Amino acid sequence: MRTVRDTWLIFQRSMTLTLRNPVWLIMGLMQPILYLLLFGPLLKSIATMPGFPPGGAFNVFVPGILVMTALFSSAFVGFGLCDELREGVVERMRVTPMSRVAMLLGRSLRDVVLLLGQSVVLVVLAIPFGLEINGLGILVAFALLALVGLVMSPLSYTLALILGSEDALAPTINAIALPLLLLSGVMLPMSLAPGWLQTLATLNPLYHAVAATRDLFNAAFGQGEVLIGVSLMGVLAILAVTVGARAFSRAAA
Amino acid sequence: MATDRIIETADLRRTFRTRAGTVEAVAGVDLGVAEGDIFGFLGPNGAGKTTTLRILATLLPPTSGRATVAGFDVARKPDQVRRRIGYVAQSGGSYRGATGREELVIQGRLFDLGTRDARARAQDILDALDLADAADRPCSTYSGGMRRRLDIGIGMVHRPAVLFLDEPTTGLDPQARARMWDEIRRLRDAGTSVFLTTHYLEEADALCDHLAIIDHGRIVAGGSPTELKRLVAGDVLTIGVDGNSERVVLLLRNQPYVREASLEDGLVRLYVDRGEEAVPNVLRLLDGHGLAPQTISLHRPSLDDVFLKQTGRSLRETAA
Repeated sequence: MRTVRDTWLIFQRSMTLTLRNPVWLIMGLMQPILYLLLFGPLLKSIATMPGFPPGGAFNVFVPGILVMTALFSSAFVGFGLCDELREGVVERMRVTPMSRVAMLLGRSLRDVVLLLGQSVVLVVLAIPFGLEINGLGILVAFALLALVGLVMSPLSYTLALILGSEDALAPTINAIALPLLLLSGVMLPMSLAPGWLQTLATLNPLYHAVAATRDLFNAAFGQGEVLIGVSLMGVLAILAVTVGARAFSRAAA
Repeated sequence: MATDRIIETADLRRTFRTRAGTVEAVAGVDLGVAEGDIFGFLGPNGAGKTTTLRILATLLPPTSGRATVAGFDVARKPDQVRRRIGYVAQSGGSYRGATGREELVIQGRLFDLGTRDARARAQDILDALDLADAADRPCSTYSGGMRRRLDIGIGMVHRPAVLFLDEPTTGLDPQARARMWDEIRRLRDAGTSVFLTTHYLEEADALCDHLAIIDHGRIVAGGSPTELKRLVAGDVLTIGVDGNSERVVLLLRNQPYVREASLEDGLVRLYVDRGEEAVPNVLRLLDGHGLAPQTISLHRPSLDDVFLKQTGRSLRETAA
């Protein structure tokens, strides 16, 4: 089918181009590693506080860092597209019979693959720090992280196509990503927050993604959050991809 | 609709809504391009050339009117049009991080060539455009001329019937420009119809088989370069007078050898039959009235004169 083939072509191209210039990749890895090394140890003492969710400090912390990394690395992919837009690549490809969905999906799948690579590195490095993992939980958690990427990456590309330049894109993405991050319980669990903040957080899809990921790491599959998190992100991913594909076909500079 | 027209438009219009109000960038364009022609769209910046080009290349829908390219309506069957056209934007379309070969191969694959065919076609194009040595280096390392050649190569991968070029030689040095002209002629000779936009008079004159002059979204003149220059009958005499310009114009307008006299940009412009005979007559006449011109020059009509005559402005100056 045309879409599958074109998606594969764009995926290959995007991966090749990214791996050719691994600066972003290295930067992308540094951030979670620094959090792990420099922030993680602080949590040991907070873990004994009342209100702190069950599981070791790192089993609460690392899932949050994974979602945060997924959020931020995929939220900023639009910048790469601004670059391609300026060089006329998007326009050139629009004057071909290629699938518009593939224009988006090829790039977003590249983003997801890189994101999962970062996640693997992070989890492996966290194990000596005390992170406990279970087979099924890890797999579903990674699928959830992929969904987070499939939500943020198309939205980032859509914004890039609408706004056109990096100057407009940076503040816009920050304005969206920051509240999402702060209300998701990534840095510190929301169970430590006052009532009103907790309520606000439950409106944030990423809060559910973080909660689900924590449950998955703690093998607490029975808790509702896993189902809520996965289905919520799944639906949002389908919406995001639809919006993104349309943005590619309409892009008129 | 004539069957040998590869591009045809009927009252093509495109309006944009901006903060300053609505802008009619394309205000009723009727044009026809014969198959196998190099067709030029000449006009100053902001005239509507690129907008028209992008409508024909199916990148923008028209606000109203119709356009047919390679036998298909751009609004109704854009996909069919895209299979038959190549498009090279002013900023190109190659990515600086990719290699020339990579760009050519993926373009071929996006046009349904198999991997082997796409690679073979890429190699042929690289050889034909003298890019074989640079093929596996990133495009960022190419010179301006090389990059432009590659962009045209990318546009030609699927052997389209029509190639659209937006300002193909802007920013190129004279040698690269001459080389590009040769390349475009070669494409035409091999059967591709070429539609290009330009604001360079010499380019329109030297390269195009036919052209249309566009200003403020409307075509003001059309035809072959020779036909267009014939519209400006005779020679052009340009006289600079200090002060009495209006008086000079009135005086000369009634002379029998003067077809037209006007004042443009502070200079008196005369369209005369035989310039070499007109000069001494003009000087004698002005002298008899106590008027002495500061400067006087004579030249055969150029496309700038055509533009000037149709729009009252000089294309050379608006392009500055």
